Amino acid sequence: MANLIKLEIVTPDRNLMSEDVEYVGAPGVSGEFGVLHNHTPFLTALSIGSLFYKKEGRKYYVFVSGGFTEVTPTKVSILAEVAEKAEEISLERARKARERAEQRLQQEKEQIDYARAKSAMARAMYRLKCRDEAVSAGTCSM
Amino acid sequence: MASFREIQRKIGAVKKTKQITKAMNMVASAKLRGAQDRIERFKPYAEKYYEILSDLSARVDPGIHPLLEQRDEVKSVGIILVTSDKGLCGAFNSNLINTCTKLAKEKADQGKEIKLFCVGKKCYDFFRRRKFNILEAYPEVMGSFDFQLANDIGTKVINSYLEQEMDEVQLVYGEFYSMVKQVPRTSQVLPVVQAEDTGEGPQSEYLFEPSVEGLLAEILPRYIKVQVYRGLLDTSCSEHAARMTAMDNATRNCDEMVEKLTLAYNKARQAAITSELMDIVGGAEALR
Repeated sequence: MANLIKLEIVTPDRNLMSEDVEYVGAPGVSGEFGVLHNHTPFLTALSIGSLFYKKEGRKYYVFVSGGFTEVTPTKVSILAEVAEKAEEISLERARKARERAEQRLQQEKEQIDYARAKSAMARAMYRLKCRDEAVSAGTCSM
Repeated sequence: MASFREIQRKIGAVKKTKQITKAMNMVASAKLRGAQDRIERFKPYAEKYYEILSDLSARVDPGIHPLLEQRDEVKSVGIILVTSDKGLCGAFNSNLINTCTKLAKEKADQGKEIKLFCVGKKCYDFFRRRKFNILEAYPEVMGSFDFQLANDIGTKVINSYLEQEMDEVQLVYGEFYSMVKQVPRTSQVLPVVQAEDTGEGPQSEYLFEPSVEGLLAEILPRYIKVQVYRGLLDTSCSEHAARMTAMDNATRNCDEMVEKLTLAYNKARQAAITSELMDIVGGAEALR
């Protein structure tokens, strides 16, 4: 099919993926944005959240945290500190992390640790969300 | 001349040492392969960061972000030194430590205060016994580390830089060129060195969100962590390569020693037999 755009996701430890897709939807710092073929060159930071791409009509989800995106007309490069495909996310770990973060949020008074707990919380939440979305889109088994 | 039995025992000991060095060589080579893989996987990430950062920073005035700005007066210099946790890798660690002390001395002669970040047990052991100001130490981390470690170090460094504890930060690590060449390397981390202006201006026309400045504020701290991670990976790779070479030499020396000792052993045996024969012949002669 024509009008595909190349999606590349790179983390410090691996090249997660490099595939031709139809559409990419990513969580930018100032709101979600979508990218199709021939998008204008664009550079933005990403917030913690779930990114999705469409391929052959199906939606696939990827969890990303701490990164930024470079968009050119033919390619989307995502550089993230953490990136996990929906099927790689461990539900159990994410749930535990959420519980831990909840406890910490109730205890912590100090600013720095509070911020850390909060971002840990956000990561856990979005991991779970990402997984849920993938399951409901049918691209990831329970 | 050393006695029979003594030589025999020595041969046994050397052979055992040889087994150990050989095993260490193999372990190091396996680990080296892993470390090289990690560098390879990290390269595209680091290169992209560098590319984007150079592009961004070429568009702005350094005064715009505290991590880019050159401070007027440099009163203290931070040095991040990355060494291995374990020895037995030739002069690898002492080369790194020498480079670091030389740099520290040079800066101290200019009247600057030196503050150290020690990564790896070897440099921590060295510097804590001397009169150095160690801001932070990370011993026993080189065995297994991931980006999180670079993240921690980076955050600490950036925070103390922003609190004016340091006005300049250098990173000293062992750069991995090849199996036989690892070189201590110094690179400046803070303030972030801006790419040389090629005179062509920005390469590409991007839209920026939220803005060039906002994006820089996001990317700069990460870029520093990327640099630190690069240093960690390179050092660990160099460490294993250096250990392989050292252990290879040790194994060869063992072979040589065994050869020499065997020769001595045979000579001693021959001498004993000859003298015994002489005795017998002498005895028989006397009975006649």
